[in-house]
Order: sequence, then C-alpha cells, then structure tokens
Amino acid sequence: MSYVGVVLISHSPKVAEGIQDMIRQVIKDVPIEAAGGTDENEIGTSIDKIQQAINRANEGQGAVVFYDIGSAKMNAEMAVEMSQAEDVKVMEAPLVEGSYVAAVESGMDKDKESVAAAVEKEFG
Amino acid sequence: MALTVQDVVAWIDKSNETIQTNKDYLTTLDQAIGDGDHGINVARGFQEAAAKIADGNYTSSADVLKDTAMTLMSKIGGASGPLFGTAFLKLSTAVKGNDPVDYATFTTGLKEAVNGIKQRGKAIEGEKTLVDVWSPMADFFSRQADFDGEKIAEEAKNAMEQTKTMTATKGRAAYFKERSDGHIDPGSASSCYIFKALADVIGGKS
Repeated sequence: MSYVGVVLISHSPKVAEGIQDMIRQVIKDVPIEAAGGTDENEIGTSIDKIQQAINRANEGQGAVVFYDIGSAKMNAEMAVEMSQAEDVKVMEAPLVEGSYVAAVESGMDKDKESVAAAVEKEFG
Repeated sequence: MALTVQDVVAWIDKSNETIQTNKDYLTTLDQAIGDGDHGINVARGFQEAAAKIADGNYTSSADVLKDTAMTLMSKIGGASGPLFGTAFLKLSTAVKGNDPVDYATFTTGLKEAVNGIKQRGKAIEGEKTLVDVWSPMADFFSRQADFDGEKIAEEAKNAMEQTKTMTATKGRAAYFKERSDGHIDPGSASSCYIFKALADVIGGKS
C-alpha cells in the first residue's frame, strides 16, 4: 500500500523539519519529505534538494508539494519540470496548514487529484 | 563583431569578478528592501559557475552558457537562481550551433531570456525586479546594429538606476511596498554587473 507523498519546501531546514514532526505525530504512513534550506543547509532553497525530496515522496501515487516564500515557488516549479514527473503538483496553500490537510487526506487512501482538491477547497 | 567561445567564457569570468568585488554592496541593497542575502547568493553562484567553466575545454558557446545556467540554478539558493539560470539557459538555446555568436543571434537570445525570466518569475516590467534591467537591455540590443561596449554599460546602468523610482510589487521587496521606493533593486544591480562584464569583454576586443 502506498500513499500520495507530501513535500515540504522551506527556506529554513528547521521549518521544514518542524512541520514534518508535527504531521508525523498524527499521520504515520504517508511519505512526508522535507526540502529545507540550501545544499549547505543555509537559508534558501535548492532545486537538487527539492528534486530528491519529490523522488522520495513519490512512491508511485504521486506527490503534492508545498512551499513558503520567494524563491521556493520558482525552485519548486523548476524541480517538478526537470524531474518530468506528471503526477507531482505544486500547491497554492499555506505551508503548515496545507501540508497538514494533504497528509490527512492522503492517509485516508485518497488519490492525488482528491488530495489536491481537498487542499484547494480548504484554501483556494 | 561576434562573440567567440573564449569571449563567452571571459564574460562569465568577468561577471563573477565584478559580483565578487561588489558583493557587500549588493548585500547592503538587499538589506534595505529584502532578506539581505542577495550578494552572498549571487557571489556563491557565479563563483561556482566560473569554477565549473574553468574546468571545461569548450568548443561551443551554448555549452558554456548551459553549464553557467545549471550551476546558477542549483547554487544561488535564492530567487535569482532560477531567474538568472533561466536567462542563461534561454541564451544557450538561442546561440546553439551559431559560433561565433553574431549580434543578431545574441539579440534574439536576449529576447528569449527576457521572456523566460518573465514567465518564470511571473513578473512584468516596472515591478522593481531584474526584469527591469534585462527587458530594457533586450530592447536596446534590438535598436542597435552591433556590439558597443560603452553604450551597453551606460544603458545597463541607466536601467538599474531607474529601479530606484519604482515600487516593488513582486519578489521579497514587495512586502516593503512603498518603503522600497528610492532603493535600487538588488537583482537589477547584479544584472547590471552582468551586462557591464559583457561590455568589458566587448571593449577589450575593439
């Protein structure tokens, strides 16, 4: 059994990992992958890190990607384009709340479209 | 005049050199209306790009520009990474198979670069972003008939200065709204250095 993955992109590794911890307290089986900070773990975002997180999170059911501010969105979009994965979606929703909703929906065995729709309904 | 592979390598080297020299100034600009990391980010990106192309024995300008693009994208770590990366990638595609790069080809490449930046950043002219240097520069190249180092440097500086009067509506500076008035946009400043470096390479040839 595999689930729709959730990717957390933040300028700060601590923020991304912190949200991962929050979700993990409730949702155990859904892949939640953090891509926080630059390659050197400084403040920023990294296309490579994001791509790796997407690959880990996508276990065959696709993944939804959440980001914080500034470069995170552009780097998220580029990472998705470069990995040429069709079943990965960059979401327009608050990072913490959006990813939490997505993880809960995914844990209920929803497919990627349904997970994305639930997030969009809540925050769109 | 046309740009040889060596010229393009020299352009990236010179861009790196100028950005390293002005790293602190770029950071100061970004501290005023952003998150203060622009100087550090672009300096790291161009340092890595210059190091990357120094290792290669290039026979095509497109390859130099492509390696520059990929390095900037993965190493800058801020919004200018994907934007500068996209610009150099579009340039690379446009000049592919056209060595040495003639003026018309380079001009087409610049136009493509501007379109790429605008699409990637979802920005247009007048929003106090690096579009406000790249776009007027592409227009300027379209109006001219050949590479002219002095004019390129002058035009880029003017475009950069113009951003002072703009209110940011895109990018991190947009959070500052009217408080961004009167400040030069950091991304426009580093873009200006990239064109200044090009101007120096051209100036050295004539």
